Amino acid sequence: MSSTLAQSRRKTFGERVRRIEDPRLLTGQGCFVDDIDRPDMLHGAVVRSPYAHARIRRIDVSRALALPGVALVLTAADLGERNGPLPLLIPHEDLQYGRTQSALAVDEVRHVGEAVAFVVASSRYIAEDAADLIEVAYEPLPVAADLEAAARPDAPRVHADTPHNIGGHYVRHVGDYAAARARADLILTERFRIDRGTASSLETRGIVAIPEGPGLTMYVSTQAPVALRAGLANWFGLPEMHLRLIAPDVGGGFGPKVMMFYPEEVLIPFAAMQLKRPVKWIEDRRENFFATTQEREQIHDVEVAVASDGTLLGLKTNLLHDSGAYTPYGIQVPIISVTTLPGPYRLRNYDVEFRAVYTNKPTVTPYRGAGRPHGVFVMERMMDRIAEALALDPLEVRRRNFIQPDEFPWDTGLIYQDWAPCKYDSGNYPELARRLEALADPAAVQVEQERARTAGRYVGLGRAFYVEGAGPGPYEGVRVRIEPSGKVEVATGVGTQGQGHCTTFAQVVADELGVAVTDVYVTTGDTAAMGWGIGTFASRAAVLVGNAAALAAQAVAEKTRRVAAHLLECSPLDVELADGQARVKAAPDRALPLGTVAARANPLRGTLAFGEPGLEATRFFSPQQSTFPSGAHAAVVEVDPETGFVKILKYCVVHDCGPMINPMIVEGQVHGGVAQGLGGTLWEKLVYDEHGQLLTTTYADYLLPTAMDVPEMLLDHIETPSPLNPLGIKGAGEAGVIPCAAVMAAAIEDALRPFGVRIREMPLSPSRIRELIAGGGVRG
Amino acid sequence: MRSITVNVNGRAYTRTVEPRLLLSDFIRHELGLTGTHVGCEHGVCGACTVLADGLAIRSCLTLAVQMDGASITTVEGLAAKGGELHPLQAAFREAHGLQCGFCTPGFLMTLVPWLAEHPQPTDAEIREALSGNLCRCTGYQNIVRAVKLAADAMADRKGGDGA
Repeated sequence: MSSTLAQSRRKTFGERVRRIEDPRLLTGQGCFVDDIDRPDMLHGAVVRSPYAHARIRRIDVSRALALPGVALVLTAADLGERNGPLPLLIPHEDLQYGRTQSALAVDEVRHVGEAVAFVVASSRYIAEDAADLIEVAYEPLPVAADLEAAARPDAPRVHADTPHNIGGHYVRHVGDYAAARARADLILTERFRIDRGTASSLETRGIVAIPEGPGLTMYVSTQAPVALRAGLANWFGLPEMHLRLIAPDVGGGFGPKVMMFYPEEVLIPFAAMQLKRPVKWIEDRRENFFATTQEREQIHDVEVAVASDGTLLGLKTNLLHDSGAYTPYGIQVPIISVTTLPGPYRLRNYDVEFRAVYTNKPTVTPYRGAGRPHGVFVMERMMDRIAEALALDPLEVRRRNFIQPDEFPWDTGLIYQDWAPCKYDSGNYPELARRLEALADPAAVQVEQERARTAGRYVGLGRAFYVEGAGPGPYEGVRVRIEPSGKVEVATGVGTQGQGHCTTFAQVVADELGVAVTDVYVTTGDTAAMGWGIGTFASRAAVLVGNAAALAAQAVAEKTRRVAAHLLECSPLDVELADGQARVKAAPDRALPLGTVAARANPLRGTLAFGEPGLEATRFFSPQQSTFPSGAHAAVVEVDPETGFVKILKYCVVHDCGPMINPMIVEGQVHGGVAQGLGGTLWEKLVYDEHGQLLTTTYADYLLPTAMDVPEMLLDHIETPSPLNPLGIKGAGEAGVIPCAAVMAAAIEDALRPFGVRIREMPLSPSRIRELIAGGGVRG
Repeated sequence: MRSITVNVNGRAYTRTVEPRLLLSDFIRHELGLTGTHVGCEHGVCGACTVLADGLAIRSCLTLAVQMDGASITTVEGLAAKGGELHPLQAAFREAHGLQCGFCTPGFLMTLVPWLAEHPQPTDAEIREALSGNLCRCTGYQNIVRAVKLAADAMADRKGGDGA
């Protein structure tokens, strides 16, 4: 099927269709996990380690068990073989020492917040009372908290059964870096550090397990309901058909909700099956700070080899990645970092090496961006360094290195996170640059910068470009069915966490079937409605499900035309679907409502004339590699050297995710991503002390950006279609967050140029900026 | 245990509750009005905001027993009886001012009394008014747009009433 054929049918594709899910959510009729209630429901609370590393000497649950209202107390021994170690979700040949957590800690805890015991009681209040009555005797052990220190051979070991804390070691070579270095006119080296943050979805994690018939129904605030069902059914020895798992409305995901299994995902169903009663557990905000996975801590050493005209001849990087205490997600994050690093540039000689290091801190799994911001930070900072060293305009250096529009597909020579080639499908980076300059107006910024400096104010401009791998396989599927009511049922296994799937997928199906978007009802994330699927992550839902929806709807349209042709006594080629009807093209008054066609395709007596009954099809889309959206951001900031405060005066985004199904939704994704990205540059930092103790466990300490902090964003789009899927789309979920650290570093550095400040780290608090200003000349 | 009577969205509820029961838990789990959400349990995120005698309060920082005799409005009480969205709800939809929708009820309940006092707000005033509510999805830009749309719609409606 050609994309031109698909395009000819597009009526709502590309339109700013208002969201179908909104009226429910706006009137308090949404259904999040904590909204699930049953009369006989019990409530859980988790006892967690206060130590980053300790031996468990004794656990005394007697006082908790004696508390009226307590139904069950679990420790590791009670769980038997169901305790774990839990599965390693994504193994990799370069993860030499993969280690996973258990549902409840066995003998030893390895990060603050690790689950030690689980209490079930008649109310959450009593469950928490009981949790306080459980006495755990700990023997503190030496702690590996700092990433660099933990990587040293003599560091305290997080896992006693590994020879050191290096869980994974990865080395790759593209081209010949040594030869590139030998012919370079300029060699520049740097060291960059990005610190930890947390996704902090406003809805924390939550799980309800309800024993029903021979099995269970579970409601989980997860991004991967079908995969979680498969995993849990296997874990508990249940037939999959006896475990229904529903991801209802999910209040933000951003990556951590795709991890599996979290200990609680085992504890809650275990308790429900043992007690034969519904059990609910809702993570509280404090727990969310250390019991939900985190990301971003990496230290990159980098060297670039450059020709005198600014051409990048080669790049070498060696990085440390903080895995936290366990590696259930393997080494996906640093792999994504190093495969994102080349960006939109013609990098032909690339040496890369990383070590994934265990520390006594909470486990790291992808958080929106998932390693991409680091790679972009490294490359874009080096582009700025090259420009400075050669006294060239930063944009000019980038232009000289851009992959050109006629050079696609562009093979970076790397293997991406999906084990497929990291080969760019389409893009137009010079055009991104041109549009960015139009939005950012650098000439005007320069005038303002000079004017401001004479007044003792410090204004700077930064730019950053990126290419991101999105929409990886293996597949997603969609079932489409036209009902006798004329309404269209659509089901997909992926869940939705605010991305508007019930609207965008409805648009795709509505266009193919010639019905109104409001007549299409999309069910997401319910294994009873669709038992096949992978999950919502890696900006993949629109690419995978969108295309599967188009394929399924096309199959239903074809069947509909066939049945209608029989009823209308014409050829299927003469039937068109429009306005909720199947009608004869040449004689539109000869028409049947789609519901009538559906009813006639499913007779109650007689014979079935059209193969399978009804108007229904299930189709899958399985790409052979990822798509590669791209974009460019620019920021204009003013830094107050007295207070270290950064004010964002202007923020510009140019974005290319291919054709947009619903530009309103894409822009919303970009806005939210930028806000999260900016959060990670100026305000959000998880602070651990040398004992691995997390010091930021409230929103008073860990500062999420507010409406006062996030600037108004100026957006522009270009649309370079992907040749890799029928709709030509490329995925947009993570885009906004990816270049924020890089662009803000460039802008702040530009503003503080008179002080000789060098930005090599993120995030930057006001006090840290003051430190850098104070030490600027020396450190520079 | 204490017996309390609280009027919620125009209906009186009498319940016997523990003194430590949070208003947020009372509304959600005793009354089954689950539109009010709890995001942080320490009064920062604003997702649990409800109106108590017309004022926006944090139901996660309030005990149910403190509300004995009070009138509460939750997000379920905003739309008209016939289901027509409140102008602010309609504006949030129009401007794509929500994504996951978890924080949204708190924004709405914060803004309803504020808009009554600030019928023609500037962008800067809107951002300040929003600064006590956290949204992790939208980056706030479309929420600001929604508030402006709502203010305009409510001004038109008021003007219409007078004409």
